[in-house]
Amino acid sequence: MSKTYYDPADLKKFTNISEWNEELGQKFFDYYGKVFEEGALSAREKSLIALAVAHVVKCPYCIDAYTKDGLQRGITKEEMMEAVHAGAAIESGATLVHGVQMMNKYNKLSM
Amino acid sequence: MLKKSLKQRKSELANTQRQLDILSNGIFQNNELPTFASTLKNINAHPLQPNTVEILQINLGYMCNQVCAHCHVDAGPDRKEIMTKATMQQCLDVLKKSKVHTLDLTGGAPEMNPNFRWFVEEAHKIGVNDFIVRSNLTIIMANKKYNDLPEFFKKHNIHVVSSMPHWTRNKTDQQRGEGVFNASIEALKKLNNVGYGTKESNLKLDLVYNPSGAFLPGDQNSLELDFKKALYDDFGIEFHQLFAITNLPISRFLDYLLASENYEDYMYTLVEAFNPKAVDNVMCKNTISVGWDGFLYDCDFNQMLNLKLKGPMVHIKDFDEELLKNRTIQIAQHCYGCTAGAGSSCQGSVV
Repeated sequence: MSKTYYDPADLKKFTNISEWNEELGQKFFDYYGKVFEEGALSAREKSLIALAVAHVVKCPYCIDAYTKDGLQRGITKEEMMEAVHAGAAIESGATLVHGVQMMNKYNKLSM
Repeated sequence: MLKKSLKQRKSELANTQRQLDILSNGIFQNNELPTFASTLKNINAHPLQPNTVEILQINLGYMCNQVCAHCHVDAGPDRKEIMTKATMQQCLDVLKKSKVHTLDLTGGAPEMNPNFRWFVEEAHKIGVNDFIVRSNLTIIMANKKYNDLPEFFKKHNIHVVSSMPHWTRNKTDQQRGEGVFNASIEALKKLNNVGYGTKESNLKLDLVYNPSGAFLPGDQNSLELDFKKALYDDFGIEFHQLFAITNLPISRFLDYLLASENYEDYMYTLVEAFNPKAVDNVMCKNTISVGWDGFLYDCDFNQMLNLKLKGPMVHIKDFDEELLKNRTIQIAQHCYGCTAGAGSSCQGSVV
């Protein structure tokens, strides 16, 4: 039997983290729930942000959860893919902007 | 794209007992998930008992011009089960003497029953507060003889409830078949043109949304706003309310869940989303479903699973409101579909 670090069934057990530290677990889930309520941003917008971040932090649980959440909200696949690209653009931008540091260092060390 | 019903394809799921077996075995047999009965026992709601009957939902037949991937009726052009005029007359006799205030005609495509118009005219004469016809929209465009349905509906003050799985072409056609979106848009325009669905109009036009896949519907109000904006901005279409309905794991949707290996996850989703508050308002509490052959069921879903009413009265010819009140409602694991999240009924969310 093949073993992997990630098991999709573990997502259902997420709330079990409170069993070993109820206070912090509870605070986290309260906070989490509050964050995704309707606010200055709609719950729909927040779902798309969560989907983009899920990809950037490469969390397979979060990707499953927010793809399903998006479907439930009627979010289209085009919107979902654009959100993923927004995340990917920031992530690749964050890599590339370090190129300036490389250029600075290169120039400083070069005659 | 589906072309034939499960029955026509001789699928094992055309056998309702096979469906009930699937819904009782596996994860429910080994206690991985609680049965619906044990969940009701936990909240002291077992056995499930009805309130007074308020809605008579009559299935005029399983014939339909569409073969939707999720259809719990397994309806399609190849289904020949059609309510006869004699059974319709028995329904009218019941309407005359009962306190039912809502008449809800469904199918298949109810308009395809050859006696549909006669039945509507006769039922209209008797008078009910709310007279619903569940129209799939495309039937209005399917053939010349149906083109005047919007005027016919208007003449009899019919409350039109129509299916519309999404405001985009792709999602709609994926679930309901190629070309369904365009035909639905044209039909909605026709309904708007005769006065249905517009802001101040008394001619009620509601839409039904059900997810095109193995997930639950989101918040009904948010979806309604999205649908209203998109349909108005793109096509100038107006409607009144959106009903968000959960797909129940029976018939063609069960077939899809099994084939796509989503069945277990979907049942987990339904069970985890169980909402005790939804139990008070499930539609079987105040609805009786009448099959094309006059047999009675607690709901349309039980009809499709051939779970007839418990007790001595099983047919419309024996309809007795007092006897109905004393029955217990037939349940199985598919019932989790009506109690998940905000609940689900033919009128959408229930909490």
